[in-house]
This record gives sequence, C-alpha cells and structure tokens, in this order.
Amino acid sequence: MFGWEFPPHISGGLGTACFGLTKGLMKHDVEVLFVVPKAYGDENQEAVRLINASDISIDFKDSKYEEYWRRITYMEIGSNLIPYVGPEEFKRMIEASEMEALSGEDAILSKNFEFSGKYGADLMDEVKRYALVASAVAATNDFDVIHAHDWLTYSAGIAAKSVSGKPLVVHMHATEFDRSGENVNQNVYDIERHGMEVADRVMAVSNLTRNIVIEKYGINPDKVFTVYNAVEPSDKPNLQYPRSVREKVVTFLGRVTFQKGPDYFVEAARKVLDKDSNVRFVMAGSGDMLNKIIKRIAELKMGERFHFAGFLKGDDVDRMFGLSDVFVMPSVSEPFGIVPLEAMRSNVPVVISKQSGVAEILVHALKVDFWDVDALADSIYGLLHYEGLSKMFKQYGKVEVDNLKWENAAIKVKEVYESVL
Amino acid sequence: MKSICFYFQVHQPYRLRTYRFFDIGANHQYYDEQQNRFIMRRVADKCYLPMNRLLLDMINEYGSAFKVSFSISGTALDQFQAYAPDVLDSFRALADTGNVEFLAETYAHALPSLKSTEEFIEQVGVHRKKIEELFGKTPTTFRNTELIYSDEIGEMVAEMGFKLMLTEGAKHVLGWKSPNYMYANAINPKLKLLLKNFRLSDDIAFRFSEQSWGDWPLTTEKFVGWLNEIDPREEVVNLFMDYETFGEHQWPETGIFEFMRALPARVFSHSDFTFNTPSELGEKLQPVSAIHVPYPISWADEERDLTAWLGNELQDEAFDKLYSIREKVKKCQDPEILRDWRYLQTSDHFYYMCTKWFSDGDVHKYFNPYGTPYEAFINYMNILSDFMIRLEQDTSSKD
Repeated sequence: MFGWEFPPHISGGLGTACFGLTKGLMKHDVEVLFVVPKAYGDENQEAVRLINASDISIDFKDSKYEEYWRRITYMEIGSNLIPYVGPEEFKRMIEASEMEALSGEDAILSKNFEFSGKYGADLMDEVKRYALVASAVAATNDFDVIHAHDWLTYSAGIAAKSVSGKPLVVHMHATEFDRSGENVNQNVYDIERHGMEVADRVMAVSNLTRNIVIEKYGINPDKVFTVYNAVEPSDKPNLQYPRSVREKVVTFLGRVTFQKGPDYFVEAARKVLDKDSNVRFVMAGSGDMLNKIIKRIAELKMGERFHFAGFLKGDDVDRMFGLSDVFVMPSVSEPFGIVPLEAMRSNVPVVISKQSGVAEILVHALKVDFWDVDALADSIYGLLHYEGLSKMFKQYGKVEVDNLKWENAAIKVKEVYESVL
Repeated sequence: MKSICFYFQVHQPYRLRTYRFFDIGANHQYYDEQQNRFIMRRVADKCYLPMNRLLLDMINEYGSAFKVSFSISGTALDQFQAYAPDVLDSFRALADTGNVEFLAETYAHALPSLKSTEEFIEQVGVHRKKIEELFGKTPTTFRNTELIYSDEIGEMVAEMGFKLMLTEGAKHVLGWKSPNYMYANAINPKLKLLLKNFRLSDDIAFRFSEQSWGDWPLTTEKFVGWLNEIDPREEVVNLFMDYETFGEHQWPETGIFEFMRALPARVFSHSDFTFNTPSELGEKLQPVSAIHVPYPISWADEERDLTAWLGNELQDEAFDKLYSIREKVKKCQDPEILRDWRYLQTSDHFYYMCTKWFSDGDVHKYFNPYGTPYEAFINYMNILSDFMIRLEQDTSSKD
C-alpha cells in the first residue's frame, strides 16, 4: 500500500483513513506493507509493516533504475500544485524549501533522499522520487496487490505495477474537483486520470466521488467501486469533559477553506443567535478563509458568541466534541467526510450537507443543502431546543456509527482485491 | 521669556495571556503575569530608573529653573506597585522636589471619552485619587489617552473642572497657525490648550538615532539653534513624548541620556527659554484664539486620527461590546469585575487589532505581541466572553 501520510503525522483525514483501513484488513487476514515518504518511528504499526521511503537507497548503477526513471519522467509534472494550500501549508512549504538545498533531478537521483512527507513546494520532486522508491520496493518484496491512496502515490503505484506485473488498485479519497472547485490543476487531473486508467480497479469513497470519477475523468464504470470510509471505535472510554460554559455549543471542525463551507456556518450562526442568544459557536481549524471569516464575525457583531479554537488535534478534538451540542459540516464539496462520524461517536448530533459523501450512508443526521442557510440554522436550532430530537440523534447516531466499522469496509476492499487476482 | 514645556507619557498596559476557547467559563486569569513583570522590569532598568535618576540630578543642579511633567497611567502605577516599587519611589522623589507636575488622565489609558461620558468622568476621578495617594499632589491639568481631543471632549474636560488640557498640534487642525501659543476650547473658552510641537518633539522621540536623517546626529547646539529660530513673539514649545523614549526606544548607546543631561545648560547659556510645567503656563499665558476640532485628533501616525484604535470591524465590535455592558458592571459590587473591565479598556488592546499596519511602518510591530490583528481579536473576544459570563453570574446572584 502506498500512502502519503500515516498517523500520528497527518494533516487531514487521509492518514486516518489509511490507518483504519489497514486495521480492518488485518482482521480479514490481509497483510499490509505500507510505504510512506517519511516515517517518524512513532507510527502505530500494529496492523502494518511500515516502510520508510527515506531509508531506501537506490543503486543507480543498476540499469533497471534508468528504465524506471525514464518512465517516471515521462509523466512530467508542473510545479505549483499543492493539494491543500492554506496558511499552514504555505508555511510548511517555505520550511520545506528551506530544508531542501538540493532539488530537481540531481537530488531525486541521489543515492538517498530525505522526504519531508508533507505537501511542500518540492512536492513534485518527492512524488517522483517516491515512485522510484516504489520500483525498488516492488522489486524486493513479495505481495499480491498494489493499493495506492490519492494522486500523490499514483505514480508510485504505476511504477510498482510495471516492475512487478501485479494488479493495481487506486483509491480516490478526494478528486481535484473537490480540492480546487472549478479551477482544476491540469497536471494533478492528468495524474489522477492516468492512474485510474492504468489501474485495474478504482475505489471511490462515496457514490458522489464515483460519479465524478466516471463523468469527469471518463473512467469505465465497471471498474469503479464505492467503498465508504468508516471510523474506529474510540479506544478511550467516553470521557466526560467538564462544561465550562452554560450555553449550548455548536461546532465546526475542519479546514477553513471554500470547500468546507465555513461561511455558511457563520451566516447560520447569526440567524440562530437572532432567535436565541444563549448559544456559542466555535470554529476549530485554520485555512485561507480564516481572516475573512473573523472579519465577518465582527461585522455581524457576534464576537462574544462566536469563538475560534484554532487547529485542533488529538485529545483536543475529543475535548471539543465533549463540549459540543451540535456538530455542523456544511461542506460545499466533500468526497466523504469522516469528522461527523467522529462527532457522532462522541454522542454529538450532526448536521451535514447533502453535498457530502457521508450523507449517502448516514441515517441519523440532519441533511441540508450547503447553500441553504435558513435550513442550516433551522436544523441547528431544532437540535438545540427539541430535546426529543437531539436525544434520538445521540442514541441512534452512536449505534449507527459504531456499526460503520473499518472491518466492514475492509470486506469490500478485500472483495475488490479478489476480483483482480 | 519663552517656555519649553516637557511632558512625558508613562504607560504600560496589562498584556493579555493566550486565552483559548477552552478557558472561557473555566479560567478567569486574563493577564500574562510573567510577560508583564518581565517587560516592567526591563523598562524599569533601561528607562524609568536611570532617567528618573538623571532628572533628579538635573533638578538638584538647576533648582526651579528645570521642570518637567508626567502623565502616568493607572495601569502603569498598578504595575509599579506590583513589580517595581523602586520605580514608584523614584517618582516620589521627583514629586518631592516640587518641580514636577503630574497630569490627570483616564485610569486605564482608555478611550471612554469617545463612548461614555460617565465612564470618562469616573476613570479620571479614580486616576486623580491614585495620584493624590501616591504623590500627594492633585492634578489640575488633563491629558487624554494618546492626546485624543475634540471640541466635545474638551468641553467634558472643562466640566470636570480642569483649566488646561494637552493635545496634538495636528497640522490639519492648525492650518497656518503655530502650535507655539496657548489656545482655547471652541465650546468652553475657559479650557486652555497646549499643543504639541510635533516637529521638535519627534526630533527627539523618533529621529534622534535615525542615521538616514539629514540632521543626525542631533546635538544640543543644533536643537537650541532651532529653538532660537522660532518667531520671537511665540510663547511656548511643547515637547510631548513617551517617557520610554529614553533608554527603551532610543537606546543608551544613541547618546539620548547625554543629550538630555546637556540640554538645560545649553538652553540657559544660548537662548532666552525657560522650563515650565503645564499648569504654570496655564497661569501665565492667555489664549490667542479658540481652536476648532470637530472630529477627534490624536498624536498617532501621519493621520493624527483614531484609526489606530477604532474604525475597522474588529476594533468596533470589540469596543462596542465592551462598553455595552457598562450598566451591569456598575451595578456589580465585585471590585475584581470593575478592575478587569477597566484593564480591558486599555487602548493597546484595540491598537493590536489595527489592520492598517499591513502597509504602515514597523514601529507598530515592535509594540504588538500578536502575529496578526485577527489573533489579537480572537484572544480579546475570548476573554471578553468569559468576562461577560462572570458578570452575568454575578448580577444574577445579586438580584
């Protein structure tokens, strides 16, 4: 399996999903060899054997690598494309570029290559080098199927396939259309499409994504399968966090970018507060829209009711859910959306947009169109005030989400594997 | 005889700690104790103590021929008491010479003159009492936060019984007029006004160590030469500046202490200027005319207006929310609530939320502990939210 990140070193949902999936697969006796660009040593390896691409040295006197390299450079990739560019990523980008004195072909072809494993400015160098490492890994390990997660690893998957002749499954966690709206980066789009064309099977995280794959990438529907994500049951007992504020709390947790619809959350908050001022809203996350949102909060004069918690991870996420009465995910475009499942797992009722993949499977969630601010406000207000509703959602939502196990998702994945063996 | 009038502003805000959403309702400690103590100690050692020592020496040497005035904010005084009692003692020693005037201002170095007359009057009253307690002098001259002034503010100040107020000699208000005369409020002519000579003040406060400045290095010969170039009919040169100019903004290495040490001797030997306190000038000089200031002015930035503190969405939201709870705060008996409300009014908090520095100079960055105005706003609003919860709980328990 090729993946760009693995917990705890994650920047979004991708690493979490990869981890859950490998654990699920282990339950069905599928052994996973997981290749990350950079391993830190503290990854949870209970379900996988982690290979650190940075540790693989390559002997370029070996003529076969020349052959691989030719194939990789063939898919020339432009620069300036970063999957999630926000202020944080930009900072990392700068740091990454400062770190890498060497870049370009010389660096890629050096014996050892230090991957950042981030989404930096030299991302394309890393992608290429990663593909090269994939060739080496494929040549020296024994396996049956190649599974590549998201476009960053597709070149690696293709390289591994061509070296080993083993079937390739590519997994679309997000498409370039989800990341960039209509301003699609042609290079990324090409990599995605090429990967899916070469692949024997394509997995999509929702029917929404499957349709995009078929319609916008022209992939043969017969080889595209929907495999919904799941959520790990919490390994911690349901901790009770002391409530420090009396008011009910409504939470948004995610990147503050266009794709996630934070602005609709803000407008809905104002509407709810007009009806009931005993509510607090929290936006946890950062992103390129944050400053605009803060300004809007001041304009709408709700600064003492609308709070910003910054980017949260680990225990702080649980703590945030522990303090929340309603979780809202108003995404404009969301291939799947794992966060509402985490909220439900913590007994928090959720409102999600119909434009999210997760809406296809959740029953005990309120679903609205992301642009319908009135409906969004109405749903929030309802969950806050009608106890019957929130009680029902908490109770059944918890059961529902506890049944969305990775081991069930893994069955589907295993079936897809078996169909190509 | 013409006069030089020195007024030094001494102010330190209570800087806020990083206050997260999770703290709201759970933690009522708002101030960055460590940072406040650290900065107070640093400024005490670099500026307050050595400069007070220098002024005391000069007064001892020249007697009543050398005089200065101070305005010390209540938040600075509170922090002297908490972190630097030695500084307080050195100010007391200056007070005891009788050659130093202490001015009145708002306790928290705040902006209530723009929002609430009642709060304005109260804070000035509390500050006046504090000065009496600490220095045994009752202030009779007023200076508003950041020298903010308008006809209406002047009228309020006159109502409070002050006969004299200091403000900026803003070019767009003065036009062709010179700042070097006594003026009067346009509504109530009983209130006299001393206007800052910003050119000569800033020569010392800002340009002193600027090597790209054509007149660098500034010497007492040069400075007194400029004083002598002033039209002989003019009466007073008001040199108003932050006290932290000495040793903190202008480091000792720039020669700023030596400059000040040598200034009086040069003035006495090469000019017919004397040093006077504002209240002496209030007795001595008659206004040449009223000055019309329909819109508030300040001593800040090129614009000399309020935009450093108020005007953008963030500042206005925070400011309006803060003052919207005044009635409740007044009803509340808890002294900590009142204290926190006052400390939260300190103008610096709003200054940190200013967005115009995106294009403006780096002077501002130097004073700003926050990376962006947005962070400043979030942190402030989190604290204000907690404060409002406390207030709510307190008044409800009393009713």
